[in-house]
Amino acid sequence: MRLSAQDLVCRRGGREVFTGVDFSLADGEALIVTGRNGSGKSSLLRLIAGLLRPAAGRIVLEGGDPELTLSEQAHYLGHQDPLKAALTVRENLQFWSDYLGPAGAGREAALAAAGLANLADVPAAYLSTGQRRRLSLARLVSIGRPIWLLDEPTAALDSAGQARLAELMRGHLAQGGLIIAAAHGAIGLSDAKQLSLGEAA
Amino acid sequence: MNALSALLLRDLRLAVRVGGGAGMGVLFFLLVVTLMPFAIGPELALLRRIAPAILWLGALLASLLTLDRLFAADQEDGSLDLILMGRAPLEVAIATKAFAHWLTSSLPLVIAAPLLGILLDAESRAMAAVALTLLAGTPGLTFLGLIGAALAVTLRRGGLLVPVLILPLTIPVLIFGVTASNAALSGPVPFGTPFTILCALSLASLVIGPVAAAAAFRHAE
Repeated sequence: MRLSAQDLVCRRGGREVFTGVDFSLADGEALIVTGRNGSGKSSLLRLIAGLLRPAAGRIVLEGGDPELTLSEQAHYLGHQDPLKAALTVRENLQFWSDYLGPAGAGREAALAAAGLANLADVPAAYLSTGQRRRLSLARLVSIGRPIWLLDEPTAALDSAGQARLAELMRGHLAQGGLIIAAAHGAIGLSDAKQLSLGEAA
Repeated sequence: MNALSALLLRDLRLAVRVGGGAGMGVLFFLLVVTLMPFAIGPELALLRRIAPAILWLGALLASLLTLDRLFAADQEDGSLDLILMGRAPLEVAIATKAFAHWLTSSLPLVIAAPLLGILLDAESRAMAAVALTLLAGTPGLTFLGLIGAALAVTLRRGGLLVPVLILPLTIPVLIFGVTASNAALSGPVPFGTPFTILCALSLASLVIGPVAAAAAFRHAE
């Protein structure tokens, strides 16, 4: 599987956020997107996720499931944690596993991997910000999609949580997955490719 | 579990749990119908004659009241992004959400209408006709409302936009709903004529609504 972008241009609200972005990623590779605030890190991830359309250029996925679009094979971990306060931790995770699919490591294993096993029956309303983030990480594990798009994944996580995240990412890469992460600091991937946005502008 | 049944089950669960607001529409409906005799006066013959119109108007306004929450809640917490990334066809996923919304906010109106008819001294035949026409017409209102709800979310303008956009589209449903209810009572046209048109309006909006809403999401900025 190879994910690449050529000459990508993103325009939002009449303003060019970035132009001429190129990258190419193969199985088991990670790309860390860096740049100052407003340089378009989140927009780039949303472009890849299919939630925005590029003003020019294209994003190509080779070797994935030909029946599915790129956005149907990608995980998107945005700034917000899409949880419903009235549902329990387990129900939230179960819904996304059923809706997004395909099944990955299984619900209980995913909760354990994110360190939430003892909170499974608590309504999501009572979770702290870091615990909400962990529940979003559990989603990555419980659903088996090969491309992970992570927008500042370490935000709100404590050091133990960051270690778990790094472990999950390394495991995903070892299985041949792809990761594109927007980050300001180190996120625990040593041999990742780097893409810096906003320097030319 | 299948993706669409998971979505349906989640929306139903959210509506009936604390803070879900499933009862809001019925409460509003109750208020409109209870206040009407105070405004119009206690003349039973008049109330009885306009009961189908009042019940339809109350149900229409009550169903518009909750429409803007259809996608707004999912947009606020980022769930909408993931719903758009699902593997089920977007049109069908949207139709599923609309169906869940109809079950939790419009079906209670259909059930409440005959009971509220008592407050207006409606005849039992009128109440049955209103319930039947609401059952046929409210899916049309919900699915037309999808268009406004999706536009309000993609344009990031909540609140008033949905009723303003949707109200003109709902007028035919209101006209034929009330006409069919009155036809069941007094004629002169047979009940079937306006009722068939009402069903046709609902069926058309079942198709147009999800397709238009999905187009709004696909072309969002």
